[in-house]
Amino acid sequence: MGEIFNLQQLINGIQLGSIYALISLGYTMVYGIVRLINFAHGDFYMVGAYAAYFIVNFALARHVNIPVVFVFAASMGASALIAMAANRIAYRPLRYKPRLSALITALGVSMFLEYFFSALPFIGPSFRSFPELITQRIFTIGNIKISNYAIVDVAVSAVLMIFLTYLVRRTKVGMAMRAVSQDKDAARLMGINIESIITITFLIGGAFAGAAGILAGITYPRIYPYMGILPGIKAFTAAVLGGIGNIPGAMLGSYIMGISETFATAYNSLLGEGIAFAILIIVLLFRPQGLLGEVTAEKV
Amino acid sequence: MRNKKTILFIVYSLIFYAIIFLFHSLGIISDYILHIINLSLIYVILATSLNLINGFTGQFSLGHMGFAAVGAYISGILTTLIWHIKPGNPGSYVLFIIAMLVGGVAAALVGLLIGLPTLRLRGDYLAIVTLGFGEIIRTIINNIDYVGGPRGLLGIPKFSNFTIIFITALLTVILLRNLIFSSHGRAFLSIREDPIASELVGVNTTRQKVIAFVIGAFFAGIGGALLGHLLTLAHPTQYGFMQTVMVLVMVYAGGMGSISGSIVAAFGLTFLSEGLRILLGAIGVAIEWRMVVYAVLLIMIMLFRTSGIMGGREFNFLLPFNKEE
Repeated sequence: MGEIFNLQQLINGIQLGSIYALISLGYTMVYGIVRLINFAHGDFYMVGAYAAYFIVNFALARHVNIPVVFVFAASMGASALIAMAANRIAYRPLRYKPRLSALITALGVSMFLEYFFSALPFIGPSFRSFPELITQRIFTIGNIKISNYAIVDVAVSAVLMIFLTYLVRRTKVGMAMRAVSQDKDAARLMGINIESIITITFLIGGAFAGAAGILAGITYPRIYPYMGILPGIKAFTAAVLGGIGNIPGAMLGSYIMGISETFATAYNSLLGEGIAFAILIIVLLFRPQGLLGEVTAEKV
Repeated sequence: MRNKKTILFIVYSLIFYAIIFLFHSLGIISDYILHIINLSLIYVILATSLNLINGFTGQFSLGHMGFAAVGAYISGILTTLIWHIKPGNPGSYVLFIIAMLVGGVAAALVGLLIGLPTLRLRGDYLAIVTLGFGEIIRTIINNIDYVGGPRGLLGIPKFSNFTIIFITALLTVILLRNLIFSSHGRAFLSIREDPIASELVGVNTTRQKVIAFVIGAFFAGIGGALLGHLLTLAHPTQYGFMQTVMVLVMVYAGGMGSISGSIVAAFGLTFLSEGLRILLGAIGVAIEWRMVVYAVLLIMIMLFRTSGIMGGREFNFLLPFNKEE
């Protein structure tokens, strides 16, 4: 037992959970506002990783020293742009059609991004190694090793989550977002421009997924066009576990997911693959509204 | 009236069968074309059964090829690893049909296990659970050495010939049509149109959704068993998400809630897919563009013609009654 459940694994789990948190926040925000499972969200994360890859390699080839903050800004911007474009082209025309239609186009967008990236000759379907953006350092405290990557991952996601919490709770835009998620028609009557709030939601969600993409690229330096599928499913599971549509729930769910996945993988790699699915089934069986979600009756 | 129309439909189908069979024995249709027709017929089974879940009942399953994988592997294990039968004497065909049915039942049981917890909830949860299921089933198969793991299950006897595939596809279509025009079928349609209203008029929505899902999974298992015994191997990559999406495109291109549409789209897209493979290979472009085409097709259908080719209607010979009645 001591070999599996130790502090080192806990730290690895928190690190993984931070990355999941950034992805699942986008899922939960979009779901909260437009009631859509955005299948393409995992692919926004992939876009972020590739954007960083190209920027860093471009800079390295020209021997330009590029600030890390700029790389983050650029690839968060790229993911946000793709997210907004997907919303504009594929989701917005279907806003008042049956909900299933937008779910199907979301699947189409996801496939399009994956296969378009792997079909493009300069990207291709194979693995690429992510350049070393930050030099790795390992701090040893007792018998625990903490890499500076873990610190970066946790710090970046903490900063972004604090920013999001501030935005949602303290600003006018955040108030409008909460209003739209509660009642679209009433929000519109109050003079809120629903479409621009939805666009902002996609922008933030996409940017967070892009940040998760760089963090994943730094930490697990192998990127490929299908890298978003599994983290996407796991982050969605985390959002459901926390209560979909609930922002603190997504954060809590992600850390639970990350930690349980690390422990399960240490125990048995097959179990590590399946743990997300098992959690999802158990949550749906016993508490479909999630840990922090509220039971809502369906209205006619 | 009802029997007359069914007989008419069977007669039409037999004419189709006879023409293909005759042309093949005369050498007008090559073995390659016949193989694509066989594939199309298997896709007819897969697409119509997915249409039962996604089109008629209004759910959103993304694990159809996962059920097909269950059917292919279970039936393949029976024929290849346990019975060691080869096509030849009639007795071996009986055993093959039993293996196929066992594959279908196994897929249906897995469907029941997944459907029971998930279908109590709103439709979009089913999407993500079945998506996860499709990934899990491949991970499991990859890790079982008995069925070959990532190498796949090799040396499956080639039991699926044109006759067997044709009869199975015909039976599937007739059974699904009869189901849809039964009281169960009406319940499925009412759930798609308005789950709350149908609950109010006494439809047990969870129960009906589970029935539709399990029947769909059963036929997916049958389709998988036929596919395994046609290609003489079962490989985890054949049952991936890509293949599920291909069946999904067939359902939505043909039109939600139209068996005729699924049949037309299954043939059309199987031939298109082969054509694109040859075309892209000839001009030396990455094969991934084929999937890009599907993705764009799926988005376009949803944006501009949500009801698909057939627009939810059926060919007259597939209806159990005359239109004017």
